[in-house]
Amino acid sequence: MAEQLLYIPLPNEDATRKLAHIISSSIAVGDTILLQGDIGAGKTFFARALIKALIGPDEDVPSPTFTLVQIYQTETFEIWHCDLYRLTSPDEALELGLEEVFAEAVCLIEWPDRLGDAVPKECLTLRFQALDNGQHEVNVTASTPRWQRLLEQLSESQTTTNS
Amino acid sequence: MWAGLIIHDQGCYLHSDDKATRQMTKTLTALGLESSCDDTAAAVVRLDADGPSILSSVVEGQTDLHALYGGVVPEIAARAHTEKLDYCIELALQNADMTLTDLDAIAVTAGPGLIGGVLSGVMCAKGLSAATGLPLIGVNHLAGHALTPRLTDQLQYPYLMLLVSGGHCQFLIVRSATDYTRLGGTIDDAPGEAFDKTARLLGLPQPGGPSVEQEALKGDPKRFAFPRPLLDRDGCDMSFSGLKTAVLRARDAVIAEHQGLPTKDRADLCAGFQAAVTDVLVEKTRRALRIYLDEKPDHPALAVAGGVAANQTIRTGLLHLTEQLNTRFVAPPLALCTDNAAMIAYAGAELFQLGHSDDLTLSARPRWPLDQSSAPMLGFGKKGAKA
Repeated sequence: MAEQLLYIPLPNEDATRKLAHIISSSIAVGDTILLQGDIGAGKTFFARALIKALIGPDEDVPSPTFTLVQIYQTETFEIWHCDLYRLTSPDEALELGLEEVFAEAVCLIEWPDRLGDAVPKECLTLRFQALDNGQHEVNVTASTPRWQRLLEQLSESQTTTNS
Repeated sequence: MWAGLIIHDQGCYLHSDDKATRQMTKTLTALGLESSCDDTAAAVVRLDADGPSILSSVVEGQTDLHALYGGVVPEIAARAHTEKLDYCIELALQNADMTLTDLDAIAVTAGPGLIGGVLSGVMCAKGLSAATGLPLIGVNHLAGHALTPRLTDQLQYPYLMLLVSGGHCQFLIVRSATDYTRLGGTIDDAPGEAFDKTARLLGLPQPGGPSVEQEALKGDPKRFAFPRPLLDRDGCDMSFSGLKTAVLRARDAVIAEHQGLPTKDRADLCAGFQAAVTDVLVEKTRRALRIYLDEKPDHPALAVAGGVAANQTIRTGLLHLTEQLNTRFVAPPLALCTDNAAMIAYAGAELFQLGHSDDLTLSARPRWPLDQSSAPMLGFGKKGAKA
C-alpha cells in the first residue's frame, strides 16, 4: 500500500497538544510512533503532550535522553518513551528489549534511525521541523489503512481549524 | 572464583532483627553493587566509630570520570553488566584486601533504572547472599546519590540536597536514609542534558558541560536575553527544554546573518545560556532553602551532587547564596557524584543499621520514587512502581 503524507503546521504549543490529543484517541497496544527531526524540532514536546493526553495532565514526562527509556502505565498498557540518540548500533536498541515491547506496548521513539532494519513496518511517522520564526511543522506519514484513516481525521481537523 | 568460600558465621548480628545489637556493632562492612544505567560498579564501604570510609570502589564502563553531564555512550546490555559485575566484585574485594567472608552485608541497586541492568545486579547480589548467608539490602539508586554527602562529609540530618546527577534534577530534604521530601525538580530536561544539547547545537564536543563552560568564559552573558523558565511561577519546579530551543533560534539567526557561526557569537551564546541556567538554579535553590530553613535545622547545609557543581559560574552562584543564608555548602567529589557503588554500599549500610534487609524475593523496580508521598516523580509514571 502506498504511503500517505500529511503536512501540518504547528504555529504554537496548543496546536501540538491538539495534534497529540487527536492521535491519542486512535492509539492501541502494539502501536509504534516514530518521532523524527533535529534537536529542538519538537519531538519531546509532542511525546510529552501525547503521554499527558493518554494518562492525564499531571503526569511528569521528563526527557528520556539520558535514561534512554521512560516507561509509563495507563489503565491498559505501558507506554515506552525512548530516545535512541545515544545509541550507536541497532543491537543496542534490541538490548533495551524494544523488539518484544513493540508488540506489547505503545512505543514513542525519538531518533528511530538508530534502529536500522529493526523499525516496525506498520508505524506512524512524524517528522518535525523548527522554523525560523519560532514555529514548528510536522509531516505525518501513514502506511497502513488504520493510520491512513487517522490521517484523514487529522486532515479534516485542519480544514475545520482553517475555515 | 570463590572456591573454598567459608560460609559467614551468622552468630553475631547477621539476620538478627535486634536493632540495638546492630547499632552497638563497632564496624559494619558492606559490599555495594550498581548496574542501573551505563556503568557497572562494585565497592566496599566500612562504617565504624570514626565514620564511613571507602575501602575500594571500582567503576567499569565509565570512559571518563569528567563525563558528568551525560553524553556517554551507554553500556546498556544486561549481558555486559553481568560479565562486568563478576570482575568488579573481584577487584573491589582485592583492592579492599578482603574476601567475601570479611563482609557484613551486600547492598545492591534495585531501581530505578534500566530493567536489564538492574536485574543483573539484583540477581548477582541474591546469588552472593544465598551462597554466603550475608544479609541482602535493596537500595534505591537515588537514595545512594542523596546520601553521598553523609559518606563524604558526614552531614547531619536534615539537609537540603540539590541532586543533579545524570538525567536527574530535584530538590530533596533528606531526613534519614528512609525519609525524603521532594520539593521540586525539572519538568523536562535536566540541566546537564541542556548543556549537552546546547553543545550539540553549537558544534562543541561532548560532554557538553565542560565545553560550553569553557566557551562561555570568552563570551558576553548579556548579549542574548535567554528566558528564565518558570521563574515567574511559585515553587521549586524547573524547566530547561525551552532554553535549548531559544539557543537554537538565536543560533539560526546568527547563521542567517553571517552565513556561519563566528566563534565570538558562539561564545556569547554559551555565556548567555550558562547565565540563564545559573539564574534559574540559584533562584530555585533560594526558594528550596527557604522552605528547608523554615524547619530550623540544627546544622543547616545544602549539598549539591552532580555535574553542575563542577561548573564554576553555577557553583559560585550557589556558594554566595548559602553564605547569605548562613548555610554550609557541600559538593562531594565528582567521582562520587556519577554512578558508583560506594554510595550504594554506604546507603545499604545505613539502611541495615536501621534494621532494614531484604530476602531473596527482592525484585528490580524500574520505577521507584524516593518520596512516595509527593507529586509524581521524574520518570516513574504516576501509576506507581511496576514491580
